[in-house]
Amino acid sequence: MLAFLIKRAANAALVMLAVAFLAFLIFRSFGDPVEMMVNEQATQAERAELRERLGLNDGFLVQYLRFVTNALQGDFGISYRNQQDVMVLIGERFPATFELVLVATMISLVVGIPLGVITAVHRDSPIADGLQLGSIVGVSLPSFVVGILLILVFSVTLGWLPAFGRGDTVDIGWWSTGFFTESGRAALVLPSLSLSLFQITLVMRLVRAEMLETLRTDFIKFSRARGLPLRIVHWRHALRNCLMPVITLTGMQIGNLIAFALVTETVFQWPGMGMLFIQAVTFVDIPVMAAYLMLVSFIFVLLNTIVDVTYALVDPRLRDDAAPAAASGASSGG
Amino acid sequence: MAASLVSRLAEHELWWSFKRHPSAMIAAALLLLLFIASFAAPLIAPQNPYDLAALDLDNSELPPIWQSYGAWPYLLGTDVQGRDVLSAILYGTRISLIIGFASVLLSLSVGLTLGLLAGYAGGWIDNVLMRVGDILLSMPFILIAILISAVAREALPPGLRDTLAAPILVIAIAVPSWVQYARTVRASAMVEKGKEYVQAARLIKVRPWRIMINHILPNTLTPILVAATLNFGLAILSEATLSFLGVGMPPDEPSLGTLIRIGNQFLFSGLWWIVLFPAVQLCLIVLSVNLLGDWLRDALNPKLR
Amino acid sequence: MLKSTRLPIMLVAAALLASQAQANTLKWGANRDIGSLDPYSYGDSFTINVLNHVYEGLVRYDRDLKIEPALATKWEVLDDQITWRFTLREGVTFHDGSAFTAEDVVASLERVSHETSPLKGNLPAYVSSAVVDDLTVDITLNGTYPLLLNDLTNIHIFDKGWLVANGAELPTDIGAGVEGFATYNANGTGPFIVEERQPDAKTTFVVNPNWWDEPEHNLTRIELLPVNSPATRVAALLSGEINFTNDAPVQDLARLEAAPNVQVLEGVDLRTVMIGFSYRDKLADGSDNPFKDLNARQALYQAINMDQLHQRVMRGKSRNAGAVVAPQIPGYAPELDERLPFDADAAKALLAEAGVPEGFSFGFNCLSDGLVNEEQFCQAIASMWSRIGLDPKLDVAPRAVQTPKRTNGQTDIYTLGWATLPMLDAYSPLLQIFHSKEGNSGVFNWGDWSFPELDALVQQAGQELDVEKRLSLETEALKIVKDEIIMIPLHQQPMAWAITDEVSEMPLFPDNKPRLWYAQM
Repeated sequence: MLAFLIKRAANAALVMLAVAFLAFLIFRSFGDPVEMMVNEQATQAERAELRERLGLNDGFLVQYLRFVTNALQGDFGISYRNQQDVMVLIGERFPATFELVLVATMISLVVGIPLGVITAVHRDSPIADGLQLGSIVGVSLPSFVVGILLILVFSVTLGWLPAFGRGDTVDIGWWSTGFFTESGRAALVLPSLSLSLFQITLVMRLVRAEMLETLRTDFIKFSRARGLPLRIVHWRHALRNCLMPVITLTGMQIGNLIAFALVTETVFQWPGMGMLFIQAVTFVDIPVMAAYLMLVSFIFVLLNTIVDVTYALVDPRLRDDAAPAAASGASSGG
Repeated sequence: MAASLVSRLAEHELWWSFKRHPSAMIAAALLLLLFIASFAAPLIAPQNPYDLAALDLDNSELPPIWQSYGAWPYLLGTDVQGRDVLSAILYGTRISLIIGFASVLLSLSVGLTLGLLAGYAGGWIDNVLMRVGDILLSMPFILIAILISAVAREALPPGLRDTLAAPILVIAIAVPSWVQYARTVRASAMVEKGKEYVQAARLIKVRPWRIMINHILPNTLTPILVAATLNFGLAILSEATLSFLGVGMPPDEPSLGTLIRIGNQFLFSGLWWIVLFPAVQLCLIVLSVNLLGDWLRDALNPKLR
Repeated sequence: MLKSTRLPIMLVAAALLASQAQANTLKWGANRDIGSLDPYSYGDSFTINVLNHVYEGLVRYDRDLKIEPALATKWEVLDDQITWRFTLREGVTFHDGSAFTAEDVVASLERVSHETSPLKGNLPAYVSSAVVDDLTVDITLNGTYPLLLNDLTNIHIFDKGWLVANGAELPTDIGAGVEGFATYNANGTGPFIVEERQPDAKTTFVVNPNWWDEPEHNLTRIELLPVNSPATRVAALLSGEINFTNDAPVQDLARLEAAPNVQVLEGVDLRTVMIGFSYRDKLADGSDNPFKDLNARQALYQAINMDQLHQRVMRGKSRNAGAVVAPQIPGYAPELDERLPFDADAAKALLAEAGVPEGFSFGFNCLSDGLVNEEQFCQAIASMWSRIGLDPKLDVAPRAVQTPKRTNGQTDIYTLGWATLPMLDAYSPLLQIFHSKEGNSGVFNWGDWSFPELDALVQQAGQELDVEKRLSLETEALKIVKDEIIMIPLHQQPMAWAITDEVSEMPLFPDNKPRLWYAQM
């Protein structure tokens, strides 16, 4: 087991090194940072001096090593645009994105699981067919279009819910939360709905497939034969068997949701990491771009590794399998 | 090989299933219509939306023709520059479809080639290719696409930036998606590699490549076809998302996502037609593709039904 | 675990809500965020304008944009004609309680004029300053200079002790790889105190109870909320999430006016929008530059249908301009404000005369986050130019991306808006834009032109203390600008603010700068 753990950890570290290399390449290839920092009157000598001070004249490998060493210490430098420490900046934005993703995940489970069970239990009924069709519509609607429509209906026309921002927040230590104020909760509704739409259909389809599988098993057939009420058979016994894959999917999807939140955050002006990233892209604020890429990849890799290790704990046969990371292939879009 | 492909597709069973699924039929018909309309755009569109000299501010902000002040030939109205919305949608659809198709084709060919190579060669080549795949899969799809698109645009001189916008998007979308195909083919290749006919081919000095391709591709055709169809929808969505975020097609050569981004600025000014029609068009395309893909998956894999 | 912490948090939240309910909170939806809390770190007038609520200058503009005393109560020019003596206001304190003295003025002037300061061009005549006594300060200039007071309205005064204690005596140096203390902390003398800053999300200010001046406002709190998307800003205003914006999109004014709870405040900005040319030998793509020929410049001028632009793109809210300064600006002359007529045929003939009858290709550099409807009017102008056979390549991107290209001379044609702020005098564009590029002059001369006759007039005006004579020199220089078509003037852009009915008074200023110390709720 220990060998397996070490192997997984080494693998994760290798992936992160490669991501760091990518981030570093972006760092190097994106224009000339000196041109973006100095003001227009700066002379050639001043520019050269700054270049030397930033270490841009060192060898490629030296610069890469310095980048990795700094990154390990959480030091990504100073944002060109905000002139603030990049890690502090991202840290301030993290709670907003996390709360958005958390609520979207809850919605996807609360809505997706029952829909999945219904479509499986009543398969081939008009309700199930309608829901199946609805789920295809769900994956086909671009989330930015959904966001725009939600704003148009619920903010502009009906005036029920705010169109942008997080509302009032309360600080608990360094964590700023919108859960404890009325305006904070109201502001969460539309963005989390639009972010969760894709995830709802994923959960629903997974639950349906797993349920169909389970309903064929002898255990369920036997339960039915024993005369247990169908409701209990379906919603208690069969569903319980489906939960493990659902939890796995949810866990692995969190990384994708964090990344995809950048679209939602742009539409709703939600002050999270994603909006920071998009603004960094338009302003060519490379330290922020590099840090965001590293952080999101780290969360991604961490979740994948946790899922793999958990599975290995549950099912020892998987421990010497080389490629358990397949589930992430079918997980992007929306 | 091509013949066997066609015959498989036209297999009686598949056709029969198609006819029994009205949603698939409607989707296919709709998609065909959109294809024809958008590729015939230069012939049927009232205006060439890329020709700056054709835009006239005097015709700007006309509503759709069924509303008062609507005017012929601007069926779906015009935008703030006097660009005909219908023409912009037709041309934009063409861009979206081409980018979607090209990126699927690119990722498919790269994925198949590398997958075969990895499976057949094994050893360090396999190791390197699969590690690269792992790394790509350990970063969110949308993030890779945004980064590639943004970096490429910044690295290019301004003159080339707009000309190369479409190829950049194709690459940005294809790079993160070839891994899926490669893995499927690699698995199949590894199984086939050990089989006797390959060994025999080696002995008689026939290139085992050709034989393998002939055996492996048909085996993996079903999952790859389904994946490619669904990825086509995903690629169109991704292109629209990138353009909406401002790292895709430029405003003077708008795709559907660009049109929605621009129209979004006028959402509250009463100019709803600038954003609504492109959005509806985008949803229709992706929905049709997904309906087809969904049907194809069920039809080719009866176990799922 | 949640249960045990939840109750106190709810109480805190309830207390917060209660205290906010009674407050007069102005929720200001701006089109962008300020760049920093340090007014000297960012050469950007919006940042400086917002921070003027926290920091103040020695003098300021009053409601009529006339100069009035602020932190200085009186001033005089000494006998050498180049030293100005300022008497400072007594009893002024900074937000942290320390007293305002002459030391603070000297430290602030040194800081803003430091060679790494992006704002050193805002105080072009400054040489040195010296403490005379606690409340008297001498400022020495490089020559006779008539516009020092105008410049000083925008030079914010820091507390020296606070700067030294926090290692912020110099402007923030990004190259050093550390945050500047003043980037996220502030300590001024102004009517509002920074309470909290979350970049790009919210910056809150609370009223300064110890302000030296009698407040004419009744605000207790300002929340600056950057809302980049114009559509979202309109939605937020209609739903009451913000109650003030200093940038109501012109295309949405009709809708806003129709809303029962919203009032639109409109005016014409002092900012004149212009189009500049490259005067270099080659265009950016290496081909010969036809713009060196006056005929080519005039062709581009006369190809622009300004009335159409005014009606359609600016919705009739702009003021078409023939001169490069607005009528309110000293130095303006009505006879310079006559536009050349729109005439596509004449434009084609001029192109032929310039030796390029078949047209040519050039880059057209515009900002996506710059002037009012800039992206739209750039597209419209590009389409007008293509109708006389030219091939403009539109390049639209955010300011941060475009500015390096502009200053490095990689643009053939570009847009520029100039409001003459804070100087409010035609000398400002003449010196900073139209003068040849040398030293502190011609900083915004991105086309690299040189008209020695004009330079001589500008230098003369810069030393002329007699107002009448100075203005006539400036007018003469402006005539050269017009005759040579150094740049194409387009319009003074519209200015539109909007308030909800919670706000009872919000004076609109032609310099487009919100002065919330005059606002009432």
